[in-house]
Amino acid sequence: MSGHQTDRPLLQVSNLCVEFRTRDGIARVLDEVSLELQPGQTLGIVGESGCGKSMTALSIMRLIPSPPGQITAGEVRLAGEDLLRFDEQRMRDIRGKDISMIFQEPMTSLNPVFTVGDQIAESLRLHEGLSDKEAAARAVKMLKAVGIPEPQARAREYPHQLSGGMRQRVMIAIALACGPKVIIADEPTTALDVTVQAQIFDLLRDLKERTSTAIILITHDMGAIAEMTDRVTVMYAGRVVEEGPVEAILDAPKHPYTQGLIACVPQLDPNPTAERPPLEEIPGVVPALTRLGKGCAFAPRCKYAFERCDQEAPRRVSVDADHRAACWLLEEGTSA
Amino acid sequence: MFRRNYAAMFGLFLLVLLVLVTLIGPLVYSVDPFEIVWAPLTPPGEEATAPLGTDYLGRDILAGLIHGGVATLAVGLAAALITVVIGLTVGALAGFYLGIVDDILMRVTEFFQVLPALMFAMVLVTLFSSSLVVVAIAIGLVSWPPTARLARAEFLRIRNLEYVSAARSVGAKNTRIIWQVILPNALPPLIVSATLTIGTAILFEAGLSFLGLSDPNTYSWGYMIGSGRDNILDAWWAVTLPGGMIFVTVLAVSLIGDGLNDAFNPKLRER
Repeated sequence: MSGHQTDRPLLQVSNLCVEFRTRDGIARVLDEVSLELQPGQTLGIVGESGCGKSMTALSIMRLIPSPPGQITAGEVRLAGEDLLRFDEQRMRDIRGKDISMIFQEPMTSLNPVFTVGDQIAESLRLHEGLSDKEAAARAVKMLKAVGIPEPQARAREYPHQLSGGMRQRVMIAIALACGPKVIIADEPTTALDVTVQAQIFDLLRDLKERTSTAIILITHDMGAIAEMTDRVTVMYAGRVVEEGPVEAILDAPKHPYTQGLIACVPQLDPNPTAERPPLEEIPGVVPALTRLGKGCAFAPRCKYAFERCDQEAPRRVSVDADHRAACWLLEEGTSA
Repeated sequence: MFRRNYAAMFGLFLLVLLVLVTLIGPLVYSVDPFEIVWAPLTPPGEEATAPLGTDYLGRDILAGLIHGGVATLAVGLAAALITVVIGLTVGALAGFYLGIVDDILMRVTEFFQVLPALMFAMVLVTLFSSSLVVVAIAIGLVSWPPTARLARAEFLRIRNLEYVSAARSVGAKNTRIIWQVILPNALPPLIVSATLTIGTAILFEAGLSFLGLSDPNTYSWGYMIGSGRDNILDAWWAVTLPGGMIFVTVLAVSLIGDGLNDAFNPKLRER
C-alpha cells in the first residue's frame, strides 16, 4: 500500500529492554531487542520456549503484566510514532485497530459466554463506532472471509460448539476485523492438528495477499518459518542472536543456536529401511534469566564456545547486507 | 434447559405460589393479623373463624401467614441484593486490580468477617430503628464478606485467562473487561450464592424477629415464631406453620438457584 515509503519500516522495534522483578532478582526478559517489519512483509520470530518471543509481542502491544514487568528502554515505532510514549487511551485505540493479535490457544482465547459473532462485532463497535446491526453484519462477512461455511448460522454459535481449527479462524476474523496494519500471530497453530495447521497457514497467506497486512509470526516450528516468512529473527534468552532473509537463515545460518534449531527438525526419510542417524538436539535448557552472566547467554550449551564467550557478550555483526548475527566466531573470522 | 430441570421448575412454582399468596392473599382474606378473633390457643380445624387456629392472644394464624409473607420476602430479597452489590463490587475490584487495592479491601472484608454477625446486626438495629429498611440493611451489611471472597476468587482465576488478554488486545479498557468480559464468566457461582443468601437473609430476619428486634409494627413469619415460642408445647401450630412457610420459601429459592446455575452454563445449553 505505502510502496513509496520503503525506506521507512512499518514497525520498528529498537533496543527494547523489558525487566521483570521476581523473587530471585531482576530478570531481563528482553535485552536490546530490535526488529524491523516492512509493509506487507511476514517476519518470523523463532526460538525455544522462554526465549522472549511472546514477551516481544506483548511489549509491542504494551500488554506485559505490570507489575512485575516493565519496559525499561527502547522504542517501538509504528509508522514513525513511538508507541511507548502513548498514553493508555491512545494505546487502546491502536490495539485491535492498527495492531492485532492471534493467540496460541483457540480453545481458551475466545470468551465462552458470548457468541462468536458478538466477539467479532465487539472490536468493530469499539473502533469503528458501528451500530449493533452493522457490526453483526460485518461479523458475518468476516466469518465468510476466513472460510467458515454457513457464516450466518455460525455467528450465532458459542465457541464450544466449534472445532479448534474453526475457533482459530474466528480468532483470525477478530484480528482482521478492523483492517490492522500489523497482525502478531503468537504460535497460531501450535495447538492444532497438522492438517489444520496447513489450512490456517494457507488462510493467513491468502489474507496477507488480499489485504497487504504485515504479519509477525511467532513460532518454534522451522517448517512454518520456511513456508510463511520473508525475514527471520532468531531469539535466545531475551536477545536477538541472528536475523536475516529467510533463505539465508535456513541455508546458511551463522549462529550456532540457529544451526542447532535447524538441525533439530526431523526430516522425512526417503529410504526408511536404511540406518537412521539419531536426531540432533541442543543439549541443556534455556538458562534462568536472573542468573545470566556477562558473557554470551548461549555459551554453556554451545559446542564451539571458547574463552571469550564466557567473558563478553558478542555484538551483532553484519554477515551480509541484511543478515546479522551475534557470535564471537564471526568476529574471529572463523565461521562455524 | 431451565425448563427441563424439574427441581428448578418445582422451586419456581412454589415461589410463584408464595408470592401470589402474599400479594393477592390479603385482598381475599382481609382479616387483620393483629386483631384478636377468637379464644387463645385454639387448635387448627376447630373453629371456622380461624381455620388454622389462634395464637396465645387469640390472633388468627392464617391471617398471619398470609400477611406476614410480604415483610419476610421483601427483607430477604433486599438483604440479598445489598449483599450481592457490596460483595461483588469489593470482590471484583480486589480480584482485578490486586496489589494495594486488594490488600485494603480484603482487610476490610476480614474485619466484617470476624464480627459476630448476629451481634453486629442486633447493634445496628438497636442503634438506629427497628424498621424493615434498617433490618434489611443490617442483614446485608453482615452477610457480604463470603460473596466478596467468592467474587474475588473468580476474578483472580479469570483475569489471567487468555480471552481476557484477547479482549485487551482488541483495545478494551479495564471497566469493560471487569463488567463485560470477566463478570459474565464469574456469574454462575455468584448467582447460586445470591439465591442461597436470600434464604439465609430470610432466616436471619426470622432470628431477629424471634429475639423481638425486628419491626414490631410489621407482621412477619419470624415474628410469629417469636411470639409463639413460649407455648410451643401446648400450641405447636403457632410456631410450626410459619416455620413451614419459611422452610418452603428457602427451599424454593435454593432450587431455583441450582437450576439457574445449570441454565447459565453455556456448555450445558442445547447439545
